Amino acid sequence: MMSKLIRMVGGVMLGLSSVAANAAYQLNLQTPNSTIATQIYNLHMLILWVCVVIFVVVFSALFYSLLKHRKSVGHKAAHFHESTTVEIAWTVIPFIILIVMAFPATKTMIQMRDTPNPDMTVKVTAYQWKWEYDYQKDGVKYMSVLSTPQDQIDNKAPKDEHYLLEVDNPLVVPVGKKVRLLLQANDVIHSWSMPAFGVKQDAIPGFIKDTWFRADRTGTYRGQCSELCGKGHGFMPIVVEVKDQADYDKWFEEQKTKVASAAADAGKEYTADELKAKGEAVFTANCAACHQANGKGIPGTIPALDGSKIATGPKDAHINRVMNGKPGTAMAAFAAQLSDLEIASVITYERNSWGNHDGDFVAPSEIKALRK
Amino acid sequence: MQATATHGHDDHGHDHHPSGFMRWVTTTNHKDIGTMYLWFSFAMFLVGGSLAMLIRAELFQPGLQFVRPEVFNQLTTMHGLIMVFGAIMPAFVGFANWQVPMMIGAPDMALPRLNNWSFWLLPVAGCLLIASFFVPGGASAGGWTMYPPLFIQGGISNDMTIFAVHILGISSIMGSINIIVTIMNMRAPGMTWMKMPLFVWTWFITAYLLVAVMPVLAGTVTMLLTDRHFGTHFFSAAGGGDPVMFQHLFWFFGHPEVYIMILPAFGIISQIIPTFARKPLFGYASMVYATASIAILSFTVWAHHMFAVGMPLVGQLYFVYATMLIAVPTGVKVFNWVSTMWRGSMTFETPMLFAVGFIWLFTIGGFTGLVLAIAPVDIQLQDTYYVVAHFHYVLVSGALFAIFGGVYYWLPKWSGKMYSESLGKTHFWLSFVGFNIAFFPQHFLGLAGMPRRIPDYALQFADFNRISSIGAFLFGASQLFFLYVVINAIRSGEKAPAMPWEGADTLEWTHLPSPAPYHSFDTAPVIK
Repeated sequence: MMSKLIRMVGGVMLGLSSVAANAAYQLNLQTPNSTIATQIYNLHMLILWVCVVIFVVVFSALFYSLLKHRKSVGHKAAHFHESTTVEIAWTVIPFIILIVMAFPATKTMIQMRDTPNPDMTVKVTAYQWKWEYDYQKDGVKYMSVLSTPQDQIDNKAPKDEHYLLEVDNPLVVPVGKKVRLLLQANDVIHSWSMPAFGVKQDAIPGFIKDTWFRADRTGTYRGQCSELCGKGHGFMPIVVEVKDQADYDKWFEEQKTKVASAAADAGKEYTADELKAKGEAVFTANCAACHQANGKGIPGTIPALDGSKIATGPKDAHINRVMNGKPGTAMAAFAAQLSDLEIASVITYERNSWGNHDGDFVAPSEIKALRK
Repeated sequence: MQATATHGHDDHGHDHHPSGFMRWVTTTNHKDIGTMYLWFSFAMFLVGGSLAMLIRAELFQPGLQFVRPEVFNQLTTMHGLIMVFGAIMPAFVGFANWQVPMMIGAPDMALPRLNNWSFWLLPVAGCLLIASFFVPGGASAGGWTMYPPLFIQGGISNDMTIFAVHILGISSIMGSINIIVTIMNMRAPGMTWMKMPLFVWTWFITAYLLVAVMPVLAGTVTMLLTDRHFGTHFFSAAGGGDPVMFQHLFWFFGHPEVYIMILPAFGIISQIIPTFARKPLFGYASMVYATASIAILSFTVWAHHMFAVGMPLVGQLYFVYATMLIAVPTGVKVFNWVSTMWRGSMTFETPMLFAVGFIWLFTIGGFTGLVLAIAPVDIQLQDTYYVVAHFHYVLVSGALFAIFGGVYYWLPKWSGKMYSESLGKTHFWLSFVGFNIAFFPQHFLGLAGMPRRIPDYALQFADFNRISSIGAFLFGASQLFFLYVVINAIRSGEKAPAMPWEGADTLEWTHLPSPAPYHSFDTAPVIK
């Protein structure tokens, strides 16, 4: 009965491993793209094989015993129950094996903490539920938000190849350069994780943490936030594009141009309709996750904007809430996250959408004045 | 008197307590209280299990099908809290209540009224947790680890969770003090420390762990509460606090907690294996020392749960080395169990199947623990499904399998009825196969980089998630079957002899009839 069942279980396991030949069934860590990630990969393989060997030795003994030392085959119980020599042996031998494993692990850990002297530094700020990358040079600084459409998540449209692992603006870095990341968070703890580089570092509100990587090859690499940060936790991926130096420089120039044109836009005069149109895009990217596209919020946790006191009352209070948030709740202070134009347009949108018909609008200059 | 001390005391005993519902409310009998603990924990196990079924249903395929993301987070949070505090811990206290007095030859627990209160606090906490699903905003959704600042956000359910944790903590502390006092003072004459059954030893050590760390947890969640409502900033950098400090405090409780949930399991396994191998436990003394070493080391390794927060290098190195060290006493235990079986005369009744399954699968969980101890590898695996697989291998096929094994082992003594061996074995194989299908593929998901606690995932993770969900449904259904097996045994099982197992040698088997009388060992047996 027993051996038959063991064979059956074995058969199931074999069946599983044969389907595992399919490419979708990835069995191991992602292909490393940095020295650290390669070391981690090798370290994992080393420990895995040590464990497999110990497992096979110990469980061969166990299974031999299960088959031979059973009453049904007439085996009589021995009476030994102690052996100091054996006890010492199997305390000391594992200890030595552990020391052998600790040695390469220590070497890698020392390298992982070697953050000084980078070729470039990017400041990463985590928000519920997006990332901000600040190159700290020429004003290049932008948000990186999930770009998978909601319809795909809700199963109303077929899913793309990179479903949930795609963003509007990826982090772009040059290949072969030591990139240092300074991480902080605005609201709750998040974690910036990029398996191909062997990086995972929590972003903690109120503290700056650092980590580094040096990508070996160009390409697009994907990771996800790795610390529970609320309901959008599964929807804030991290994408890094590694370019060669020339392409990177070209990309950086484009970013500088964008910064300049954004500055010009902020000074322009806008009509209420233009603001409302822009505001809808800002709302979708920043507000809809909580307050919902229909402005109804989530009863019990997230207040509705449709017909709310703030969105239909005096606009000063509305501006204040958007810019400074509401402490102790999920409502963030957006003053630091959004530009004058974005804040003005999203408030205009909120005051003139769904059942709200305030009829007034907020100009970017009003926000600019408040920032002083 | 001598004659009635151990036999035929039944009818006499029943005269002295109320019957019906009030019997259970007012009881101070360790067997009644043990029974209530076990049924309560099984009820919570089914509640926590239903939440797990919803989680696996949502994760059956990519996209959102059944629950919204905020509800998904409530499910994972409450699944963790209910299983840890409501199912596993009370189940072991139930075992302690039934078995510790009988195994040391004591008439009851040392503090029977305290015992009653420790139990009756539990349903209150359980109701608070379950009721929190129905308050505005739904249940707690910040993870069972309750990390701030996320846990500072959120509604009244978080306060209910904090109060529930307080109540559960008080219950655990009182239960533990009772166990410590009972073992220290009420052993039968001749029952020296090193003659105590290993189950009693493991609970003695576990009780100390509980008394040491539950107050830490209570203090920590109280700080959360004052941060939420009374303007303190223990965990907020804006007021001079530190969110990471919460994690240090939580895991100072949390890591010993892991051993609180596994040491009594070690004890149960150490009773079952010698019985069915018909051979004394190999290395009894080293088992006791290994248990104590694991308990002491468990206080010194907490920050290995936090390698990704960015600790200083020296701190990280220390926690890696200390964590690896735990592998040594844990290994000793596994080697001792295998040596106990070696050259025995084994039979494979259901308790033994669960014990062998435990050794095999718990060892896999131990090995993945070793992999996770290595900080650089942990950086890749932290907060992925690899960790989920790891702790389910030690908590489900570890703690839970030991509980199942223990229930089958002692059910004849508790109820006086034998379970059906073929049904019991079916339950084992269904659980074993279902469990492995559910959790083994999660190792691969974690290695490939799938984060835990997400309601939806990238397409590359779809296949293993589907397999995992199918296994989970099988495992879940098997536990309803377990309920049937137990009820069937109690209702219509064959009458159990005083000593149904050939190789058992502890007092409850050698000195008491089945079922054990309501009052046992009124006169202490003498151990030679």
